[in-house]
Amino acid sequence: MAGAEEARPNAGNWLRRALNSPFLGSLASFLLAIGAAALLISLAGFDAGEGYSAMLRGIFGSRMSLSDVLARSTPLLLTGLAVAVPLRAGLFNVGAEGQLLLGALLAAVVGMLPGIPAWLHIPLTLGLGSLAGALFGMVPAYLKARFRAHEVITTIMLNYIVTLLTGYLVNYPLHPPDEMLPATEIIAASAQLPRLVRGSQLTIGLFVAIACAFVLHLLLQRSVMGYEIRAVGLNAEAAEAKGIRRTRVWLLAMAIGGAMSGLAGATEVSGVQLRFLEGFSPGYGFAGIAVALMGYANPLGVILAAHVLGAIRTGALTMDRTTSIPADFVTVIQGLILVFLSTPGLLRLLIEKRSPATGSLPIEDLTS
Amino acid sequence: MDMAIRIRGVTKRFGPTLANDNIDLDIRQGEIHAILGENGAGKSTLVNILYGLYRPDAGSITVGGQPARIDSPADAASLGIQMVHQHFMLAVPFTVAENLVIGHEPRRLGVLLDRRRSEEIVRSLSQRYGLDVDPRAHVEDLSVGARQRVEILKALYRDARILILDEPTAVLTPPEIVELFRIMQRLKEEGKTVIFITHKLREVMSTADRLTVLRHGRLVGTHDVAQLNEDMLVEMMVGRLVDAEATGEARQGGQIVLRVRGLRAPGHQSGVEALRGVDLDIREGEIMGIAGVEGNGQLELVEALVGLRPVTAGEMQLDGVSIVGRSPREILGRGLVCIHEDRQARGVIGEFTVEENLILGEQHKPPLKRGFFMDRQAIHGRTRALIEGFDIIPPRSDIQARYLSGGNQQKLVVAREMTARPLRLLIASQPTRGLDVGATEFIHRKLRELRDRGTAVLLVSADLDEVRLLSSRLAVMFKGEVIADRPKGEYRDAELGALMLRGRQPVELASERM
Repeated sequence: MAGAEEARPNAGNWLRRALNSPFLGSLASFLLAIGAAALLISLAGFDAGEGYSAMLRGIFGSRMSLSDVLARSTPLLLTGLAVAVPLRAGLFNVGAEGQLLLGALLAAVVGMLPGIPAWLHIPLTLGLGSLAGALFGMVPAYLKARFRAHEVITTIMLNYIVTLLTGYLVNYPLHPPDEMLPATEIIAASAQLPRLVRGSQLTIGLFVAIACAFVLHLLLQRSVMGYEIRAVGLNAEAAEAKGIRRTRVWLLAMAIGGAMSGLAGATEVSGVQLRFLEGFSPGYGFAGIAVALMGYANPLGVILAAHVLGAIRTGALTMDRTTSIPADFVTVIQGLILVFLSTPGLLRLLIEKRSPATGSLPIEDLTS
Repeated sequence: MDMAIRIRGVTKRFGPTLANDNIDLDIRQGEIHAILGENGAGKSTLVNILYGLYRPDAGSITVGGQPARIDSPADAASLGIQMVHQHFMLAVPFTVAENLVIGHEPRRLGVLLDRRRSEEIVRSLSQRYGLDVDPRAHVEDLSVGARQRVEILKALYRDARILILDEPTAVLTPPEIVELFRIMQRLKEEGKTVIFITHKLREVMSTADRLTVLRHGRLVGTHDVAQLNEDMLVEMMVGRLVDAEATGEARQGGQIVLRVRGLRAPGHQSGVEALRGVDLDIREGEIMGIAGVEGNGQLELVEALVGLRPVTAGEMQLDGVSIVGRSPREILGRGLVCIHEDRQARGVIGEFTVEENLILGEQHKPPLKRGFFMDRQAIHGRTRALIEGFDIIPPRSDIQARYLSGGNQQKLVVAREMTARPLRLLIASQPTRGLDVGATEFIHRKLRELRDRGTAVLLVSADLDEVRLLSSRLAVMFKGEVIADRPKGEYRDAELGALMLRGRQPVELASERM
């Protein structure tokens, strides 16, 4: 877009331009959500100042709390990518949660295998977890191409199937006899990810996730494959008329998305849970939607968004422990961020106090 | 004389582009005022400012003698200004009456839509202004011309005193255009002020009282139509005289590039066969023109040829190899390339930059592709050459294509398709629709150059003048068949029109069509 050489910007123009920038749009949405949440906390009869200072302590209070933030951001980063890449191809992947669970299950099963050296066991665990997610992610893409089944519906349905299937497996066939919890055995030490900080759940999984984001950024912007993904996402008909195979792009984008979710599940199992525990994911797959939108479906933006949400989620635990405000309040903040993000018109209205003629969802502006 | 609208010093900028530069314009009460200009001259911007879609960066507007601030279409409506857009804003599954009253519905018992009253409104309005539409018809069943009449009625129902028509004739067939002009005169007689945008000179000469010409965002002048002739107008619009002479005849007897036999295919609506046995041969170095009233299978023929529409029977051969059942990618790979008629849907990707658009379809081939990645040097090189060679304005590769004017978007598409390799047959479907004189002439010249280099060209156009100007052979399509196919010189003028409008047996079919 035209930027620097705007000759005579009149008052308020810079503000409007700033609001059109993805980064500032996300930042403004975030700040507004924090503000609105404070209002809600007060209305509910709690002390917002106390709550937020507890949250900040939980985030920046110590070295340990910071590494907790990073640990919690890791799965969010990966599920954020899992939503972002299909979004660039014009698909809304609501199935990250299911893909994550399947990836986690496979990682747990592979991780339990004895007698494999760590240099092989770890890549094998993460790799097969990703592969499971990728293959499973392609199912809705295939259904869409073949039967025109909308991916939002099919991914939601497939989430239920995997949640219940993995639940059954860890309660029955994969359940060790002397175990109280609905979980698999603990995976072999050779499959466990090295921890970066003693006593923290932060593992090399974070580096893997960040590397994935950079690779995907490069793939989207510089590779032929990425170009074709973006072309289909922005105008599938024009792309198809020029010989780009829409079905192939859909399968590919969902495979990448599924692989990212699967990897999120695998890193959680091999780095944090060390086994598949039923219900271990506090909705990482769904939080990935918020992360992807907040990051404007840009892999680098997703890195930032994942850490912001990871921080709030971590801080919320401290808030829950030390004040009477429940940790569930995070969901409210997350929801508010999405509300503000998807209504840029509202944002402008609040700031400019004047209604502009047009406004659009960030989903439509993904590439600007 | 009273002024309906007085515009003073209106300026509007989009990024680096100055779309309207200090425009002064008076629109008189009760006149038909044409606004002319090439693509990108700033016509649409100006009327969108009047309609409240854009806010001017500077300048003032007076409506009916009162200073006006038009920040939204609602503001415009309260001043009696209504606009009929080029792309209609109708709910197509609804009836005419329902569309008309949307937002201002007559009600029964406070909540129920009063259908009978709505239909009455349509009838009385259409009688008063001589706009013929059936209030109970569903909009999806109506022709483009009838849909436009619904839009005009809608504006009148909302008490339009000033009616803006944005390129109203671009989508109409010749008889529909005549009808529209009759309606415009009637509106004028009823005391309405009509502003219409166009770049067709003949239309201005035959309907408008006064006209205003814009060029590159600036006002060239406002004149009484009676004092002008077409040549003066052309010069005002493009700043130079356009050479409209047809030049160059085709090489004869080139090899057959495309052979179509007995081609059948379904249409857009299920159950209707759009192609009913098409036969066609196109040779190297010739432009084969397809004449015909729109909707006689031309669109479906193009889609079938490029692999976007499945065929039910028949044969298509490109250089002797069958392309029936092949994918668009395979057909492109054999050198059948197409400029599609729907530029927005199939031509450009609006949110892609000019550069990204220019490489579409070439991205997976060397030299643009190098290994897994794309070669940015090679891409920049191609982009620069095409922007320059096809005179795309503004000459920038990094802006999104949606910010280009329609004519420049079309130049972008033409540039891309004409330089595609391999290129054996170029299909140009309505290649100059909605373009101004300058851009049209440019594209015509490029098509001739291509022909002179030995490429086969299939030109599909609703503009009979265009087909006649460029083609060496002319085929007439009627109801899904090619009913005539001869060298251009072998048609008599009246004969061509008769074939297009009535098909093989003029008398019987004419009555059946009614």
